[in-house]
Amino acid sequence: MSNKLDHSMSLAKPDALGITNKQKIALAIGLVGLFILALAAFNVNFPNKGLFLALSIGLISIGTIIYTREAYLTKLEGIKNDGVWFKSISSRGILGWSLGIFLTLFYIVLYFFPVYLGLGVDGAANTGLIALFDPLSQLFKGSNASQWFVYGTLYTVAILVFGYKFMLKYRHNRYQQLRTASVMFFQTAFAFVIPELMARLNSDTFSLPYNDLKNMWPLNYYAFDQWRVDQFINAQTVGLFFLILGVVMVFVISPFLTYKYGKRWYCSWVCGCGGLAETAGDSFRQLSDKSTKAWKFERWMINSVLVFSVVMTVAVISTFLGYDSEKYWFTKPVFLTSVGVFLSLLFGGIIYYKRKELNKSALRGATGFYILTIAFLVFFSFFDLSQIKINASYFSFGLNENTYAFDGALRSFYGFGIGSIFSGVIGTGFYPILGNRAWCRMGCPMATIMGIQQRLFSRFRITTNGGQCISCGNCSNSCEMGIDVRAYAQKGENIVRSSCVGCGVCSAVCPRGVLKLENDSMDGRINPTEVLLGNDVDLMELVNQK
Amino acid sequence: MEHIVIIGNGISGVTVARHIRKLSDKQITIVSAETDYFFSRTALMYIYMGHMKFEHTQPYENHFWEKNRINLKKGYVNTIDTDSKTLHFAEGDAITYDKLVIATGSKPNKFGWPGQDLNGAQGLYSKQDLDALEVNAPNKNVCKRAVIVGGGLIGIELAEMLNSRSIPVTFLVRENSFWNGVLPEGESAMINRHIKNHHIDLRLGVNLKEIKDDGNGNVKSIVITETGEEIDCNVVGLTAGVSPNIGFIKDSTIETNRGVLVNRLLETNVKDVYAIGDCAEQREAIGQRRPIEAVWYTGRMMGETLAQTICGNATEYKPGHWFNSAKFLDIEYQTYGWVFSKPRENEAHFHWKHEDDTKCITVCYDTTNNQFLGINTFGIRMRHEIFDRWLTEKRDVDYVMQNLEKANFDPEFYKHFEKDILAAYQNNLQTA
Repeated sequence: MSNKLDHSMSLAKPDALGITNKQKIALAIGLVGLFILALAAFNVNFPNKGLFLALSIGLISIGTIIYTREAYLTKLEGIKNDGVWFKSISSRGILGWSLGIFLTLFYIVLYFFPVYLGLGVDGAANTGLIALFDPLSQLFKGSNASQWFVYGTLYTVAILVFGYKFMLKYRHNRYQQLRTASVMFFQTAFAFVIPELMARLNSDTFSLPYNDLKNMWPLNYYAFDQWRVDQFINAQTVGLFFLILGVVMVFVISPFLTYKYGKRWYCSWVCGCGGLAETAGDSFRQLSDKSTKAWKFERWMINSVLVFSVVMTVAVISTFLGYDSEKYWFTKPVFLTSVGVFLSLLFGGIIYYKRKELNKSALRGATGFYILTIAFLVFFSFFDLSQIKINASYFSFGLNENTYAFDGALRSFYGFGIGSIFSGVIGTGFYPILGNRAWCRMGCPMATIMGIQQRLFSRFRITTNGGQCISCGNCSNSCEMGIDVRAYAQKGENIVRSSCVGCGVCSAVCPRGVLKLENDSMDGRINPTEVLLGNDVDLMELVNQK
Repeated sequence: MEHIVIIGNGISGVTVARHIRKLSDKQITIVSAETDYFFSRTALMYIYMGHMKFEHTQPYENHFWEKNRINLKKGYVNTIDTDSKTLHFAEGDAITYDKLVIATGSKPNKFGWPGQDLNGAQGLYSKQDLDALEVNAPNKNVCKRAVIVGGGLIGIELAEMLNSRSIPVTFLVRENSFWNGVLPEGESAMINRHIKNHHIDLRLGVNLKEIKDDGNGNVKSIVITETGEEIDCNVVGLTAGVSPNIGFIKDSTIETNRGVLVNRLLETNVKDVYAIGDCAEQREAIGQRRPIEAVWYTGRMMGETLAQTICGNATEYKPGHWFNSAKFLDIEYQTYGWVFSKPRENEAHFHWKHEDDTKCITVCYDTTNNQFLGINTFGIRMRHEIFDRWLTEKRDVDYVMQNLEKANFDPEFYKHFEKDILAAYQNNLQTA
């Protein structure tokens, strides 16, 4: 069988072709760029840091661009998946595992040991890799770099460079091109340039927190932390505007856009996590687990994270409302009651109006999670959380030895477990092992909220084209969210799944033109069938009536 | 409990089994000599090209069969004894049935070419064929050139497969243009050019004379009948169509012609024995369909229908409007209704082709009443549901051309060509 391993590093071409001389030169150029970063990481103190940083990022970008141009522009337009399951790097071979381990270690150092990257602590100057980024950081915000600035820069470069690659790969497909241009834009402008420039506005009397406008709660789990809310409120009109915008995004803008276009408007057009997954992570999309077992795990996991996120946020907000009631017109009892009423109305409304669309297990899960959340709300209203002390070292493998009040403990455990380990270390570090959307599929609470909405209140669906499906499996194979698309398509059934991020690759790779992402009326969106279009009309009616 | 035995675990056999299970508690056994589990034959090419692994071509997880109480038996049926209702296996064992469904599919045609059984000469139909190709043509060093004989859908898939591993391909097509027994001239010519753009050495209007032996029983070269040219190669792909895989039935009491003969209820001449899918031959062709249709979805539809009959609701096989699809390298093809390669009596074609040479459509209509009869579309996806409805409603061709946009199924933001097509159509009417 063709399960032969191929140790080529190439992500673009089948190895049988080898790589051209031009690609070898491109590879060398890119490696020189990476080598400069490696030298910096090993504490080589470059004389003119600005120049060497520009050189490094420039060489990496130019190398990748030349390489991908040679790979894709020398061929006719079309699907370019030859050899993805032969290549070591994209089929969990030695190279795949090596890259996965390297990325994982990088994330661990980034999150927990930034000094190893050269972060200057207690006022000391940066050294190593982080020092290399000081000039760029000075240019943007007028202060030296942090590990997050380094990470943000590399992240943005990765989305831009691999976004370019992705656009060449799908140069016959305007949907893919536009949404890639969109994630490239939102990452560069909203996550990188604007917030870094806004940091320049900060002074002794005026200060705004780092604010990526598109990064909503609950994906942005610290959106309503006290320090942040305080900062916004202290910054008066501008700050209040951003604070209110943050709330409006969650409760008005996002639901409206998700109703009209499905969660894809965010997940595969705007989001930074999605942006990296769709560009740098594209080569790993086929690695997501499609089994029903994985689906069951996903449903428990992602909904649990949402509950955790809601409970944590409520705990944090209720605590600072509790002891700072003069500043906020909103008091702790009012807040807890309104959250409880809101969740109860939402839950009751869904159970009542959408009962036909919920199967037994969904109903059971929703009820369980609802009761759990309400129980926490009741608990919070009876106790002063700031008086319950917890030592974090029990929950963080000793990485964090501080003692926290209950809300702070929840907050820091969420930050550690979900924010760092799940979304960073596992979510991105494990791209070559679990596929590029493990975080989006299993962990992102924002995706959960939009997913519930997409399943129940959205015009979005993937339409199946009558009886044309041949069950080949290209769609399922390329689904980064692990949806068994074929299972629906071969039944002539539309795909309406909460996890679908609307990347459109299933539709692109389908050899028979069976799948189309569409926004249309809610009626007849979900259309279970047993006998497909094309057979005896009477039989179809007989069998498909439910 | 009634025991239903199905020979063949392809789309036909598996569909009938699934539907019988939905409708009843009957004991079901699927027999296959090819693989343990159902896989999508149409996806074999993607395994060789590295898009997928074999397990990805299996539409159901392995636990599906046990959960649905569908027994799977691996074995090769040697003979069928319809009197004692017994299947005898090559492995020596036997099972009995109450009702038997023959769904054994096709096998590649071989026309008695000298050397057709040499090592390296092979078809591409079964999992075993794919395994053989992996041995015969793992890369361009082992297989320095491959010659494909037969210009149909499997031939062009095999060419694409070998091309993906940079193995030079010579493609021998008997007709003077690719698949022009089915495709109208303009479309066929466009595909000819597309094949050549992929650096495939397309030879039109030529036949295979013989396959030469290297002295060790391996393919050395082939000779072309018309020119006498000898082409060195290591692999010869024999893709000149398929025919029903019914060799083991010939000695039984079940009546066969090219395929197993069935009536509209999909019954053979022997009580309690049915045949579906590629191996079934309708005693009388249905509409303009051929008596044997080796198409994925017709196998599935026969399975859907036969399950009703077996479960007590006798249902005739009544396929609706003809449709099909394929992909020629990078160009997708769909068809709805009938468009023959040449307009028949009282028929006319309207053909439009985009200047980029990868998109075109051909619309066929009745010249006596302007009724729309069918459409072929290349590089533009169209909606099955819409055309099925228009065909049922017997819409006239003007209506179809004016409403073509409603049928568009291309991904969002794709450029639309309906206006160009309509303009060309109206222009065509004025000049005609």
